[in-house]
Amino acid sequence: MTFSGLVSQLLEIVLALAFAPLLTGWVNQWRAWLQNRSAPGLLQPYRLLHKLFNKDSVVAETASPIFRIAPYIVFACMALVCGIAPTLSTDLPLAPAADAIALVGLFALARVFISLAAMDIGTSFGTLGARREMLVGFLAEPALLMVLFSASLITQSTSLANIVESLAHAPFAIYPSLAVAGVAFTFVSLAENARIPVDNPATHLELTMIHEALILEYSGRHLALIEWAASLKLFAYSCIGLALFFPWGIANADTPLVMILAVPVLVAKLAVGGMLLALIETINAKMRLFRVPEFLATAFLLAVIALLVHVLLGA
Amino acid sequence: MLHLDWILVLVGAWLGLGLIGLLVLRNTAFVARVLFPAGGAVAIALAAVALAALFDVPETAVLVVGLPDLPFHLRLDGLSAFFLLVIGAAGAGISIFAAGYFRHGEGTPPGLLCLEYHVFLASMAMVLLADDAYAFMVMWETMALSSFFLVTANHRVPSIRQAGFLYLLVAHVGAIAILLCFGVLQANTGDYTFANMRAQSLSPLWASAAFLLATFGFGAKAGIVPLHVWLPEAHPAAPSPVSALMSGVMLKTAIYGVLRVGFDLLSVQIWWWGVLLLSLGLITALFGVTFSAVQTDMKRLLAYSSIENIGLLFVGIGLGVLFKAYGMDSLSALALTAALYHVISHAFFKSLLFLGTGSVLHATGERSLGKLGGLMRRMPWVGWLVLVGVLASSGLPPLSGFVAEWLLLQSFLFTTELPDTFLNMLIPVIAAAIALVAALAGYAMVKFFGVIFLGQPREPKLAEARDASRLERAGLVWLASGCVLLGLFPVPIITVIDRVTHLLIGAGIADTVRRNGWILLAPTALDRASYSPVIFLVVVCVAVLLSIWLVRRFYHGRLRFAPPWDCGFPAQTARMQDTAEGFGQPIRQIFEPVFRMQRELPSPFDDKPVYKVIIEDHFWHWLYLPIAHATELFARVVGRLQQGRIAIYLLYSFVTLIVLLLVVKS
Repeated sequence: MTFSGLVSQLLEIVLALAFAPLLTGWVNQWRAWLQNRSAPGLLQPYRLLHKLFNKDSVVAETASPIFRIAPYIVFACMALVCGIAPTLSTDLPLAPAADAIALVGLFALARVFISLAAMDIGTSFGTLGARREMLVGFLAEPALLMVLFSASLITQSTSLANIVESLAHAPFAIYPSLAVAGVAFTFVSLAENARIPVDNPATHLELTMIHEALILEYSGRHLALIEWAASLKLFAYSCIGLALFFPWGIANADTPLVMILAVPVLVAKLAVGGMLLALIETINAKMRLFRVPEFLATAFLLAVIALLVHVLLGA
Repeated sequence: MLHLDWILVLVGAWLGLGLIGLLVLRNTAFVARVLFPAGGAVAIALAAVALAALFDVPETAVLVVGLPDLPFHLRLDGLSAFFLLVIGAAGAGISIFAAGYFRHGEGTPPGLLCLEYHVFLASMAMVLLADDAYAFMVMWETMALSSFFLVTANHRVPSIRQAGFLYLLVAHVGAIAILLCFGVLQANTGDYTFANMRAQSLSPLWASAAFLLATFGFGAKAGIVPLHVWLPEAHPAAPSPVSALMSGVMLKTAIYGVLRVGFDLLSVQIWWWGVLLLSLGLITALFGVTFSAVQTDMKRLLAYSSIENIGLLFVGIGLGVLFKAYGMDSLSALALTAALYHVISHAFFKSLLFLGTGSVLHATGERSLGKLGGLMRRMPWVGWLVLVGVLASSGLPPLSGFVAEWLLLQSFLFTTELPDTFLNMLIPVIAAAIALVAALAGYAMVKFFGVIFLGQPREPKLAEARDASRLERAGLVWLASGCVLLGLFPVPIITVIDRVTHLLIGAGIADTVRRNGWILLAPTALDRASYSPVIFLVVVCVAVLLSIWLVRRFYHGRLRFAPPWDCGFPAQTARMQDTAEGFGQPIRQIFEPVFRMQRELPSPFDDKPVYKVIIEDHFWHWLYLPIAHATELFARVVGRLQQGRIAIYLLYSFVTLIVLLLVVKS
């Protein structure tokens, strides 16, 4: 572990924590513009977090400690995800502690805890949300794993940092298997981040809500942490996607200069990614819930096809 | 004294405790307070001796019991020592729990139960020590019979008797296959010791026959599809400590059998055996997990989850066979390490979960998920400890289930190095299916925990539920800490497993793993893959504590309690939560063709609407009932011979005599 590694590690986590809500704000802004509405300010998510932290937390009388600890666990999981996902640099001391499979495990851990917390109060919406979240999860999780597997097979490593490092120096400009995997990854990210067409973060309608139903009973600081964690998740997914499929510009040398150069590249990539996400959300309609398994099964099959493409073509 | 002698002494101690139980047949307090804890202490000692034996050379002994000139040959090598370790370590927790559990009669007097329980434990240990077919079969049958009596402990309930009979039947069909397998393995030498079987080199045809028979026989014990039907009946029927012992420990003796025959007694492995095990395991895992997600009885849910885990174990072993057949020994060691890790991990978490259901059953008298709920607040000890088991069982980091899953997925990543192109294509697809199974297991476990422990109590009587007694808690704590430790310290455990893989295939991954110290698990090369549960846990914990502290530091910590909000809906009752049926509904819909469903839907005008859904598996109707009908038909035809009149029987003898004379003459 080098000193600069430690610095880049800390920098990554702090930057992720600080700027993840900005990405959410950016996506919301673009979505509003694309839908011909006047947009909230870019800093709206920060104002929301500040407001929520200042409010009293209202906890249901029937809640067990799981309900109160879950937001912290979810937040911690997402912070660790941001720590192991190579966003700026691939020289990360935390990276050996958790590889791509552990990354999927981390997402699953967060999901299980938030689902258990939703069931904890014992309301109809809570259990409904938990059931739907687990439904999305059990299809999205293997699909994500298979996407990461295709990348692992190409680079002969499951460590995210090594994957990204070898992809950045790959002889191929575009791997055919990764192109297919990229589509699958996009599907999975939409589902996992509660985005249209799977879920709509801006609704409280019984028929459609998944993520909002899960966190219906949360308020105050607990809700703030969950919202922040959701931003972190979007940020992490975007960064992983960019790092896997567009790995150019990530610093792998441990000099501060390269790190500083990596920042604008990342910002530019995220800005474009956020706009594309807003575009996808605008031109698609929300699916019926029972079309969601088909959507995710498609993602899963695409990911498996990506694996097979790699095995067939060796690329 | 040799390790083997110590183990025999400990097994003898178990038998002795059982016999004492017979003397104090109805003295519940003595059986519970003295005999079961003593059994637990013996189990811990057994685990310790087994651990020591693991790092020593194999030992043999000849026990002059049984038939004249046919003594029991015993042998303690790495493989038996490892499984003895599993029996001892998991059995200790179960015995301690059982001490608190058998408070009142379960139909069978406690003393008798104590005898059956300890004979069961002792026979499992002896199965692992057996070094000839005779000793093995005697112990295997003792194991089947003692567990049959334990399953039918509550024999006054007809459905439990039926479950017990089914179990006995399948166990014996399996035992016949194992016996035939040994018959093939001794290769007409008439010498049934394992030493002789090892010395034989069978032709590929006969080796395959032996392997298929072993897969069938041990598969029946393990619950491989389609021989699984007894498992979801028998495991829930038994008292909970027995279910724990059967699911957590006994199923592993079948895994032991597969490993013993496949790697030790058969010297050469053929690649399609691996493919067979892989596909059987995959089908079993998928089948088990989908059924587990739609169950409405908590113990049946766990039983199906055991089927799933056995499937995963077979997948690991299959991968091991495949790699071994192609001479890739170190990769084979990786796959087998994953399987063996899962053996010990499953022993802990499944025992923990079954014991947890036992506590719930005692506290509420309810097994049906639809009538439970909200027990987290009434039974916090059981709730939190079961949560550990649930997380381990869902394969979540940093607990034990994840390490095994991680190692298995890692070994899948190497399958592209196999020389066969077709397998190269096929096996990544299997990896995908395994990932699906793991995710579905999480679904089933969230349902299991959420419906039992979270939410509001679905029945008024649940308000009186009491937490588990001290001894029960101690047993649960033992098993839960096992799940945590197995999850956090994979490197020492792999050092232990390494002895087994060295014995079976002459390779191991411990040397590679140890190179990076105990904190980091890197099974092949550091830049290829690594995982460190300790760092993982520390970072998550630090992040949790830091965020709690920062939130408190910069904002206030005010908290108010209020009735649940639920989008402002005022008339919220406990019946509006998802039931077990409701939670499993998406799975039922997505995997509809897998189930055989009968539904009774209420009409909108019913005063008392009743919704009922019965889910059965197709194998019962496609495979077992036709066989049962055919058997009955055949019996009826043969039964015509029975006329009940002596003249007719004399006629039979006369005809037989004539026919025999004709045969002799010609």
